[in-house]
Amino acid sequence: MHNKTLREISNDLASGLYSSEEITGELLARCERLNGALNAFISITPELALAQARQADARRAKGDAAALTGVPMAHKDIFCTQGIRTSAGSHMLDNFISPYDATVVERLKADGMVCLGKTNMDEFAMGSSNETSWYGPVHNPWKKGAVPGGSSGGSAAAVAARMVPATTGTDTGGSIRQPASLCGITGLKPTYGRVSRWGMVAFASSLDQAGPMARTAEDCALLLQSMAGFDERDSTCMDYSVEDYLAALEQPLAGLRIGLPREYFNHGLDPAMGALLQAAADLLQAQGATLHEVSLPHADLAISTYYIIAPAECSTNLSRYDGVRYGYRCKDPANLMDLYCRSRSEAFGDEVKRRILVGTYVLSAGFYDAYYRQAQKARRLINNDFASAFEAVDLILCPSALGAAFDMGSKTANPVDMYKEDLYTIPVNLAGLPALTAPCGFINGMPAGLQLVAPHFAEARLLQVAHQYQQLTDWHLARPDMRIWGESS
Amino acid sequence: MSIDAKGVEKLAQLARLDISEKDIAATTRSIGEVLKLVDQLQQLDTRQIEPLSHPLDAKQRLRADRVTETNQRDAFEALAPLCEDGLYLVPRVIE
Repeated sequence: MHNKTLREISNDLASGLYSSEEITGELLARCERLNGALNAFISITPELALAQARQADARRAKGDAAALTGVPMAHKDIFCTQGIRTSAGSHMLDNFISPYDATVVERLKADGMVCLGKTNMDEFAMGSSNETSWYGPVHNPWKKGAVPGGSSGGSAAAVAARMVPATTGTDTGGSIRQPASLCGITGLKPTYGRVSRWGMVAFASSLDQAGPMARTAEDCALLLQSMAGFDERDSTCMDYSVEDYLAALEQPLAGLRIGLPREYFNHGLDPAMGALLQAAADLLQAQGATLHEVSLPHADLAISTYYIIAPAECSTNLSRYDGVRYGYRCKDPANLMDLYCRSRSEAFGDEVKRRILVGTYVLSAGFYDAYYRQAQKARRLINNDFASAFEAVDLILCPSALGAAFDMGSKTANPVDMYKEDLYTIPVNLAGLPALTAPCGFINGMPAGLQLVAPHFAEARLLQVAHQYQQLTDWHLARPDMRIWGESS
Repeated sequence: MSIDAKGVEKLAQLARLDISEKDIAATTRSIGEVLKLVDQLQQLDTRQIEPLSHPLDAKQRLRADRVTETNQRDAFEALAPLCEDGLYLVPRVIE
């Protein structure tokens, strides 16, 4: 049962092959068995999950079930879940039991999805390997000692290990797409403002966006259909009609213009990754799509721009953690300043502190124009590059990550080595565009994903192309050998 | 622009963080690496470019000034490290 996709489970529940309570019980047992080794979950919530499953079965008995009703899933531990710890992977929020549900949680719950728990992540979503989590690193199900990517590493690993068919993730600089690539699953970062950020622990507010992670584009379409839409509680959420994503999946690819950015397919690209992307491009071309070279001339500025804007917004957002109203408080503070400084220093990890310090630097008096304002201008140049490219093409095809999953500890000596991991994903966040990662092959036995980027609000096109690609290929069906983790399959 | 240990201590103070003496050298070095990375933008000519703060260039939406939230004081107080009679408690500020 655990190998089934969200769509297959949905169909099985509809035909009465098994109940939500049955599949929830089976997947809960699998999560409990595997989590000691993989550490993909921070919290597993069996009682709540089984109660939700029984509710879903009752709802189905009344003839009131939706496509997602009774299907098990898990939320990244960055989404507030009422009555359940919401830690954001940090010691700071280890004791934080959210008093309310995030909009994303509320919407999926309203459709009857069953939440099995909260997935592990880099602390406050700051990292690309899941090694900054206060709850310890997550293992890539494909190989012991390899990272799953980050920051939504637990969400990606849980889907790849068939613990759950679907998870939510968030993506500020690649945190859905890079782990999806490294774990061999499908993940979508929607347009900035497409999905409500309300109740999502904030990292960098002009970049953060929630999205679905699953095994197929079709499953992502089902999830996004529920997650997307206007929410007045998020002042940056866009009031823009939501397309019928499922209906779009079956559209043929004939006439689709696909752009390949010159700056990404240069000598810096891993040749193995280049070969996989070329094979994918050729396949799409054989289906009637046309390939075009496009240019993103300011691509090389993206990492520098991001590492000014993201830390600046991080230092502002994380100033709320003061040890007074919620979260961690140090023992026996001598005075108010000691309370602030020690609570924050004891409860934030090194990477979070580093970004707070960098953010404080670039926003400080005298440096604001030279750094933050300059980065906002560079951001416009990067945005304009994409706008020009999309005058000539409907979609861009490029890598999601530098290569396949790397070993734990191999990029932690210098923070900049880890930052460069997001070379191909960061520009998309700066421009607020939607992008999807889907498996496209293997490099030395480890999965790798292609990235499709579309104009604002063209999520349906991304899902359509990925779905059509997945009808012609079986990379998304490949699964890790779980015998290395003591499972029979 | 490079930064020295004194500069990092000043930043830490502004950010309400303590950095221990044993960590200051490593922290200074890693902040220096990040600043070296972002200094790339100093070469860029942006005189004619407008800054972009919202990726879709959208304006902040405003709402009517009316009460929309219910009072959840008890729920919020339950989350506080130290709370009494509806007040968050902190060390004495005025002697």
